[in-house]
Amino acid sequence: MEQFFQQLTNGLAVGGIYALIALGYTMVYGVLKLINFAHGDLFTIGAYLGLTLLTSLALTDHVGGFLGVTILAVMVMGLVGIIGILLERIAYRPLRQSPRLSAVVSALGASIFFQNAIMLTYGAKFYVYPQDLLPVMPVNIFGLSIPLMRIIILAASVLMMIALYLFVQKTRIGTAIRAAAIDQGAARLMGIDVNFVIMIVFFIGPALGGAAGLMVGVYYGQINFTMGWIYGLKAFTAAILGGIGNIPGAMLGGLLLGVVEALGAAYISIAWKDAIAFFVLILILIVRPTGLLGERVAEKI
Amino acid sequence: MLLEIKDLHVKYGNVEVLHGINLYVDEGEIVTILGANGAGKSTTLLSISGLVNPSQGEILFEGRALHKMPAHQVVQARISQSPEGRRVFSTLTVQENINLGAFTIKDKGKIARTRAWIYELFPRLEERKHQLAGTLSGGEQQMLAIGRALMSDPKVLLLDEPSLGLAPLLVKAIFQTIQQINSTGVTVVLVEQNAKAALRLAHRGYVLEVGNIILSGKSSELLSNPEVLDAYLGGS
Repeated sequence: MEQFFQQLTNGLAVGGIYALIALGYTMVYGVLKLINFAHGDLFTIGAYLGLTLLTSLALTDHVGGFLGVTILAVMVMGLVGIIGILLERIAYRPLRQSPRLSAVVSALGASIFFQNAIMLTYGAKFYVYPQDLLPVMPVNIFGLSIPLMRIIILAASVLMMIALYLFVQKTRIGTAIRAAAIDQGAARLMGIDVNFVIMIVFFIGPALGGAAGLMVGVYYGQINFTMGWIYGLKAFTAAILGGIGNIPGAMLGGLLLGVVEALGAAYISIAWKDAIAFFVLILILIVRPTGLLGERVAEKI
Repeated sequence: MLLEIKDLHVKYGNVEVLHGINLYVDEGEIVTILGANGAGKSTTLLSISGLVNPSQGEILFEGRALHKMPAHQVVQARISQSPEGRRVFSTLTVQENINLGAFTIKDKGKIARTRAWIYELFPRLEERKHQLAGTLSGGEQQMLAIGRALMSDPKVLLLDEPSLGLAPLLVKAIFQTIQQINSTGVTVVLVEQNAKAALRLAHRGYVLEVGNIILSGKSSELLSNPEVLDAYLGGS
């Protein structure tokens, strides 16, 4: 039982990270019907920017680990968000009226560009985050001792998801994002500047992805320039699992995938961890192609 | 003259669907645009709203060049549209749809007043305000589309086939409401296939045929014109 709950909480922490990345895929898909294949690399950029800022500013030495990492997260999110906006302006907007496939090819190109840019800037080696940025001391919860860092990581991702959910559900711009995802033309007839909505989406999605990159660095301690590939693929799986284009779906899909993977690794075989994740993807595509929360409402004609 | 279209040409790809149409709308009027399927009626309205870009010609509103504005600025200029097929946001609630109509309005008090008026016009919408728009009946969705378009406090309301697919009794009710909206000072441009009902409501009308305006005039004239009678009123 002890092991089960350890793996469950570990899976939730990883799942929260998947969910944050998945949100970027799903939000962009929502408004543009485009899979942003460069999204995984924006996540990597978040991890690297986090490390650079961490070592150059030495924030954690001045203000302590927790506050330092929080300030760092805000900076990384802002920077990666801006890169996201530039990505849309340069690689996607000029192709808005072109066939869908052109934008997909452009996305793949942007992914290769980012990956190589990171490699050329930082080199093709593994980097290590400083250890113990966040306290790892075990905390006793219901008789389980869980590392505090795991709780902080999970809490941070849940907090960001709640904030995003409230933003999208309750604010004027959030409603505009949902409207543009349903029918761009009708949204424009409401006086919504769809280009502005797309810009906001390309800020928020990459910002959350960048935060996830920082979290992976802090949680696992090790980053490299190809990490965006596998995390991107997992998060994409999570987005499909929840129903692509559906924001709560991406959150649910991410958490679920993290848990399934962690439990699979513990009880089946750790070597099969990735295979289990993609088995889940194949299964969902066969059984429920729209994803768990996809197309909740039938259109009445 | 409030709204004027001069020599409007629109192309979809290489196919020209409007071959240089001219029309005008005066303040306070109800003007109807009639014509068969594919005549270019919806294209005309979409061009005014900025969802379709003309290849040639001008659209002027209070002297301003609408054809150079992006769609969201046209709404700010106070022209709104209830589009063909209603296009309500089906997975948002009725109230969210209504509120989105007021996206360009900053004044919260004004939004609340307009919303109260719309719920007065269409009490069904208030009853169902927490329901998802996709679960409404066709008639209710039409009310929602019109109500939503009114939320931006338009000077000109563009209505694209509000009677499409509705039961005769509902059509009558919708047309009465359009009259009521017009009496508050909103200018209405009404695209319809239901020519007789539209002409009874409108002050003036234009008849479009495959991208050209072939007839125009006062509604009473058009109603008694043998050509119109033949082609659009079933010879009755």
